[in-house]
Amino acid sequence: MTVQDVLTRPTQWTRLLIRDGNLVRLFIACVLIFVTMSLLRPAVFPTIENFRSMGSQFPEIGILAIAIMIAMLTGGIDLSVVSIANLSGVLAALFIRAVIPADAPPVVVALGLLGAIVIALASGVLFGLINGLLVARVGLTPILATLGTMTLYTGINVVITRGNAVFAENRLVFIGNTYLFDLIPIPLLIFAIVAAAVSVILNKTGFGLKLYLIGSNEKAARFSGIDVPKTLIGAYVLSGLLAAIVAIIFLGRNNSAKWDFAPSYVLQAILVAVLAGVNPAGGSGRIAGIVLAILALQFISTGLNMLLLAVSGGQFFREFAWGALLLIIMVINYYSERRRGRT
Amino acid sequence: MQQPFLSLTNISKAYGGVKALEDVSLTVYPGEIHCLVGENGSGKSTLIKIIAGVVQPDSGRIVINGKERQSLRPMDAIAEGIEVIYQDFSLFPNLSVAENIALSHELAQRKRWVNWREVRAIATEAMRKVNVSLDLDALVGDVPVADKQLVAICRALVQNARLIIMDEATTALTEREIRALFDVINNVKRGGVAVLFVSHKLDEVLAIADKALIIRNGRVVVDADARELDRSKMTYYMTGRDIEESMFEWRGDPEAPPLLEVRHLTSRGNFSDVSFELRSGEILGITGLLGSGRTELALALFGVQPADSGEIRIAGKPVSIRSIQDAIANGIGYVPEDRLTEGLFLERSIANNLVARTLDNLRSKGPLLDADRVKTQITEWVRRLSIKTPNPELPAKSLSGGNQQRVVLAKWLASKPRVLILNGPTVGVDVGSKSELHEIIKRLAGEGLGVIIISDDIPELMQTCNRILLMRRGRIVEQFERKDLTEADLTHHLVAV
Repeated sequence: MTVQDVLTRPTQWTRLLIRDGNLVRLFIACVLIFVTMSLLRPAVFPTIENFRSMGSQFPEIGILAIAIMIAMLTGGIDLSVVSIANLSGVLAALFIRAVIPADAPPVVVALGLLGAIVIALASGVLFGLINGLLVARVGLTPILATLGTMTLYTGINVVITRGNAVFAENRLVFIGNTYLFDLIPIPLLIFAIVAAAVSVILNKTGFGLKLYLIGSNEKAARFSGIDVPKTLIGAYVLSGLLAAIVAIIFLGRNNSAKWDFAPSYVLQAILVAVLAGVNPAGGSGRIAGIVLAILALQFISTGLNMLLLAVSGGQFFREFAWGALLLIIMVINYYSERRRGRT
Repeated sequence: MQQPFLSLTNISKAYGGVKALEDVSLTVYPGEIHCLVGENGSGKSTLIKIIAGVVQPDSGRIVINGKERQSLRPMDAIAEGIEVIYQDFSLFPNLSVAENIALSHELAQRKRWVNWREVRAIATEAMRKVNVSLDLDALVGDVPVADKQLVAICRALVQNARLIIMDEATTALTEREIRALFDVINNVKRGGVAVLFVSHKLDEVLAIADKALIIRNGRVVVDADARELDRSKMTYYMTGRDIEESMFEWRGDPEAPPLLEVRHLTSRGNFSDVSFELRSGEILGITGLLGSGRTELALALFGVQPADSGEIRIAGKPVSIRSIQDAIANGIGYVPEDRLTEGLFLERSIANNLVARTLDNLRSKGPLLDADRVKTQITEWVRRLSIKTPNPELPAKSLSGGNQQRVVLAKWLASKPRVLILNGPTVGVDVGSKSELHEIIKRLAGEGLGVIIISDDIPELMQTCNRILLMRRGRIVEQFERKDLTEADLTHHLVAV
């Protein structure tokens, strides 16, 4: 394909970018941050080692952001994702401890781990279903319903574990510490698969399009014969399922599950979703945005860490950088929207 | 002769090469009701914005109260007493009627403390001027649209308005409310205040105007005394063509069993003992004032607010309609009254809107949508209903009112319903598109669809229906064959108590 072709016959991707100003800005931000950091720290930033390291840092938040995005597309939100991940993780870890003895033969280990993963995923689906029923059938506001279940799931977790961490006997650490082709961390691979699968669901299925339509105008969706409660329940179930996938990554990384692990991930995931251009009022948002947003945030926080290694308190710069980037992108978006609104 | 309050001379305005207004002149005298008439896109809104100081003209003179204004800003326009009542009224729904009427006045006085007694006194005085009485303590969000309009007018008067511009004031009102509004406007006029009444409804213009300015494509076509105009002249001036609509005649088989039969349908507090039938290919009008139960009846047939008792039969078989899904399963479709809040996904693409109803039918074997069939359906309906858009991937909000309504219609037609209920099918649609929509509806009926049109637009019913039912206080009180009826008869029956 020649340059002429690209200009006169834009491909689907370039058309998408042109149409969605937010994606363009995110893409530019990503490239700029990457280039800047590479120029400032050429010896350490643009290296395979650093890619391996960065690639293993963001998958959990990335998947949680996708989970929250799904709820946000319908005009809702799911605050319970991290507590679902923790409780599903605890259930899976307890199962591993119960069925796999220390000297178990490989077959038992494999079946046991498979069972543990199924238990994690099934419990994630169940907790998502409870969220969905509260929102769609009982009619609670999503923010209140999932705030409630967040506390509920955490509470159940404390009761089951008496507040202690549950160890997974090193059975799942291969997920956290293995690299495919010695390059791609398994969690990154899982993130890529989840992103691709959700992208197909959102763009190529009736269910996905219904999520957008409900978020755009719930009443019109109802009047168009869309089964709104059923679709909403589906959204929260999917969100719970993704949280359970995160639970498995948590287990792989920490070799344990605990009721109060990573509570700050909820807000960070919301931040990623908003930065990705997902409209919190519903109706718009893309997986491509999530991917670009999480990459931009990862580049900026790793880069700043490297720059400020010598400065005391430099590690706290991650939060600062994320906040600053979010505000900058939002302000730019606001002004460009306003300019577009005027013409 | 007295000095005009406002005079615009040779105003022109272009947006990026597109001429919105060209050489438009307008003179408004105090105590005069001047109607501004034109189709959507004719330049009416731009003209209003120029008078309100929101948009600056490229050339032309603006003289207010004998003073020439070089540049008019919104603050200047308000200071001169120009008040615009937009379609959404710009009221505060969470505040009371009295607060809405009086608070902007209080704010303009730069008072630090609110004197509640004064607020009530101001509001009462304003209502007395136009001879209406509203509950001062009711929240504006809770009062009917017609009352909101009155609140907006009172607020304008409190601001010492000299010219009130009303933009499509009657869109959401029934015939009776419109008449009450006209009384109020005449009271306003007697107080020496000028009114610029913007509308595309010809009957209203004829009923209230002292003068009418008709614009088309940004140019003045006529500026005349309203007495010199009539309906057909105005249509011609607005559209540049004579619109002759043919009447609709039902050519179905009178022996065939009815498509839809409704027997003794009752919904407590909404309507009672409603019975009628609809045959294949018929266009049945249901009319009545707001609150007559016409919309509630439609919502019951569509399963939104199911009826309490009575029977609905489709093609002779009794069916139970307890939900929208039930109605759809029985081949009933519904194009809602308020297309913006109930019909359209404004931010989503036209393509998305067109398939919203039929997503479940457009699957290939698995859960995935069949991209080819989706595409075929979209192109087919854009073509069949002549939806004017360069690209169906554009958001639905990019379309004009008439085209938006076509999208909602197409969304339903794609699901091949047997009965289609249209509630106010041409509300807010300009004259040209309106007759095109009527032709589409007639063509569909010709293909065997059973159509119910719910409307209080009498000319519309007369042009499209072959039979008309009149509802009053939740009951069907009369039934007319179109051919035995004149427009005047129907209007008379509609408002008779």
